[in-house]
Amino acid sequence: MEMLNLYQNNYLIVFVFLCLGILLPVVALFLGKLLRPYKPYDSKYTTYESGLEPFSDSRVQFNVRYYIFALMFVIFDVETVFLYPWAVAYEKLGIFALIEMLIFVFMLVIGLIYAWKKKVLKWI
Amino acid sequence: MVEDLLHSQPGILNFGIFFLLATVLLLVILGFVTYAILAERKVMGFMQLRQGPNQVGGRWGLLQTVADVLKLLLKEDTIPKLADKPLFIIAPVIAFAPSFIVIAAIPFTDKLQFADLNIGLLYYIAISGLTTIGMVTGGWASNNKYALLGGMRAAAQMISYEIPLVMSVLGVILLTGSLNLNDIVAAQENVWYILLQPVAFIVFIIASVAELNRVPFDLPESENELVAGFHVEYSGFRWAFFMLAEYVYMFAMASLTTVLFLGGWLPLFSFLDFIPGAVWFALKFMFVVFLLIWFRSTFPRIRADKLMEFAWKILLPIALANIFLTAIIKEIFKLL
Repeated sequence: MEMLNLYQNNYLIVFVFLCLGILLPVVALFLGKLLRPYKPYDSKYTTYESGLEPFSDSRVQFNVRYYIFALMFVIFDVETVFLYPWAVAYEKLGIFALIEMLIFVFMLVIGLIYAWKKKVLKWI
Repeated sequence: MVEDLLHSQPGILNFGIFFLLATVLLLVILGFVTYAILAERKVMGFMQLRQGPNQVGGRWGLLQTVADVLKLLLKEDTIPKLADKPLFIIAPVIAFAPSFIVIAAIPFTDKLQFADLNIGLLYYIAISGLTTIGMVTGGWASNNKYALLGGMRAAAQMISYEIPLVMSVLGVILLTGSLNLNDIVAAQENVWYILLQPVAFIVFIIASVAELNRVPFDLPESENELVAGFHVEYSGFRWAFFMLAEYVYMFAMASLTTVLFLGGWLPLFSFLDFIPGAVWFALKFMFVVFLLIWFRSTFPRIRADKLMEFAWKILLPIALANIFLTAIIKEIFKLL
């Protein structure tokens, strides 16, 4: 029971931080609303484009490479998800786990080399 | 007293007390941000052979940032007509909140800490990744070409550098066998991890500068090509929260570097342990902050293509090699 309370209290602190992290912007922006001037006219609310009249849609097509990097990120992030518990328990697991993990990472490294050779990692 | 509180049944009273304590920490952090900005401007000024702020608040410009914040508070708030209004308003909050939440897990000394989480390090990494979403949201919601490009760059850069950052830390975890930040500091009783894991430290520092979006990796907001990146359309206090998030992250990242590699609150030599832990922590922390400012006035901004290639082709293989080198050396020491 003692340990459970400690555990719950620790996460209660995290929740308090979350509340404060949201509360500060809300309060500060509300205070600002009371203090700041409000003198609207139309041209203030146009989109900024270095002084030109904004033309065409702003949601331009962007480079497909961003998408490929996101895919690569997912692969390697999942790899780290496996590496973290392995690293924590490494003391107990010993050499067998090391060899297993080497094989696992080796396969991912092959993927990285493949992407490298396919010039996916090159940014144009 | 705090021990008793931590072991008591959680309830409204606990919530209230934690809330007050956390508010004090928040004020301390806001104070840090105020003077970190001043310190950055002053140090950069001296490094570039000029004065830096020296008008408001005496010769050292001690009230310069306070004046800046007050000015921001009195700025008119404009939301462009074409912007996606709800997302535009919520983006600074998404960017700021995680920067403060991560600080909950960081131990400043053995007594002075908030949440003692078993998974402290994982918690830090998981939460800090959320800020990217705030930046992309801001960039997308502004409906501005510069902002969208800046937001996309921010996302690409932060996910690319997250991997070397996360992997460099694995060496430290391997040596400690725990994700608890207190255990990690305790394991550095004899030797700091900066000496045992120098490669991890270098990779970590580089990746953390990139995660902080600071020079030389400040492409998301490179002011002379994308105007200001993802926060072009923001003004007044909404903009201030993006900047605040950046500096609160600097606080968090400098603290984390101190805890992981510089031995946290432990003294440099054991005969110096009459100096309180908080002082040691503050000294190491300030050194890391100074290092970050120093980088800013030393390195030129790196090119976008070089930036991405550097993360995937250099940092990632080095970080991976470091993990297995550490594991193998640990295995050899066990055999001896």
